[in-house]
Amino acid sequence: MKSTRFSPVTNLSKEEVDRKWWEIGDFFRRNSLWMLMYCTGCCAIELPPAMTSAYDMERLGMGPMATPRQADVLLVTGYLSLKTLRRIVYTYEQMSEPKYVVGFGSCTINGGIYHDSHAVINQLDQYIPVDSYVAGCMPNTEAVMNGFIDLMDLIKNKKADGWKRYKENNAWYKKNQLDSLVEVNVHDEFHE
Amino acid sequence: MILLGVLVAFGGFVLQTSMGGVNRKIIARLQKRYGPKWYQEFLDIFKLLSKRATSHGWIFDFGVIMALGGIIATAMFMPVSNNIIAFPGYDNFFIFVYLIAVGMLGMAMSASGSGNPLASIGVMRALTTMLAYEVPFMVIVLTIIKLSKSSSLSAIALSQQAGGDFNWFIIALPLGGVVAFISLLGMLGKKPFETYIAPAELASGPMVEYGGKQLGMLFIMHEITVFIEVALFVHLFLGGAENLLIFLVKYFLVYAIANLVSNVFGRFKIDQVVVFFYKWILPLAIIQAVIALYLGWVI
Repeated sequence: MKSTRFSPVTNLSKEEVDRKWWEIGDFFRRNSLWMLMYCTGCCAIELPPAMTSAYDMERLGMGPMATPRQADVLLVTGYLSLKTLRRIVYTYEQMSEPKYVVGFGSCTINGGIYHDSHAVINQLDQYIPVDSYVAGCMPNTEAVMNGFIDLMDLIKNKKADGWKRYKENNAWYKKNQLDSLVEVNVHDEFHE
Repeated sequence: MILLGVLVAFGGFVLQTSMGGVNRKIIARLQKRYGPKWYQEFLDIFKLLSKRATSHGWIFDFGVIMALGGIIATAMFMPVSNNIIAFPGYDNFFIFVYLIAVGMLGMAMSASGSGNPLASIGVMRALTTMLAYEVPFMVIVLTIIKLSKSSSLSAIALSQQAGGDFNWFIIALPLGGVVAFISLLGMLGKKPFETYIAPAELASGPMVEYGGKQLGMLFIMHEITVFIEVALFVHLFLGGAENLLIFLVKYFLVYAIANLVSNVFGRFKIDQVVVFFYKWILPLAIIQAVIALYLGWVI
């Protein structure tokens, strides 16, 4: 990975200061990506070698996390049936805010080998914003690691703004979700 | 005085966070991995503090602050070496026992305030584990207090240093050392007794609903708690420290060995934890107490 340097703060306009702070935050965010693995698709089999001794993603500061609240990156590993899509929308909306999504395999890009199934969605990007894709059916582990490095570069260049797009175009995403799922009801089950 | 106390708490945080990163690297090397950077845990904590978080109500937020404040207050009393002690005369062992409960209860309150059933199960298991390891640990510590005729940490450390080199309670009371080390694993929430965190089973237990800033504060609290517990072990069993360097070496050894031991184990179930402590560790502790106090066999 490339080294990181901050340019010194010179002028004191509010936007500039905010931008500097955001850059500092980005440095921490990209060096400590905690993953929430949504392992319903077959690409999930590439994650164990990426996490263990063979490729060791902990050296990038990445690690698995147990709940959506704690995680930064949502890994969608492969195809999504309508049932799992509903859960992924719930999961994505629970994550705390600078949040990123990585789509694995061709299934999340254009449906892959399931493109003509009645129960499987074709483009993940229409339902939740995806920051980085790892192409391939299946992608090999080098490609997965490369996808994570790409995500880090995107965060560094302020291009991983999927969570902002989700806020700005929320009506569009919600409409797509409702078209496929009929009902999306994200609610707090524990306080009812 | 107070400044030194704050410095001890902050230094404990920095020390334990670096040690945590170094130990993650050691474990990674054991598993033939490269491992994270040594300052990875700092990155994690500052990242968490930079994120936006959801709240689950007033209790949820207040409990986190209470936990962090309680633990910082506890750490301020911790003697580091013979000279570095913020409040001389106030480093009684029981001060730590009482004050550390403030942090723990704050965390339990906050976790229950989130309303998540997994958090409640986690808190329940944490308190059950505490019930299991505290009794044998207390038996050994009371033995030490009886032997050294003081319950002040620095006085216990000084009484060990007075006996010459390596006149430590971990050697004088070998069974007690084993008991205390196993209890330390339980206190730190390390592997065989990790029941209440259990990421794959309880979705990290009490921490299940935390994200962003609250989780960051809980991480800081956790690091300072580990600092307190390991420093307690160093002072009670390893003869304290004449100076800062010796403290750092002993601290690193205790924490690294605890990590190494914990990484070859799987995870007990909660009933196995309780049965293990009451069936094997508590009798060991009582045998040690009888040997030391009534038979007087202190090596």
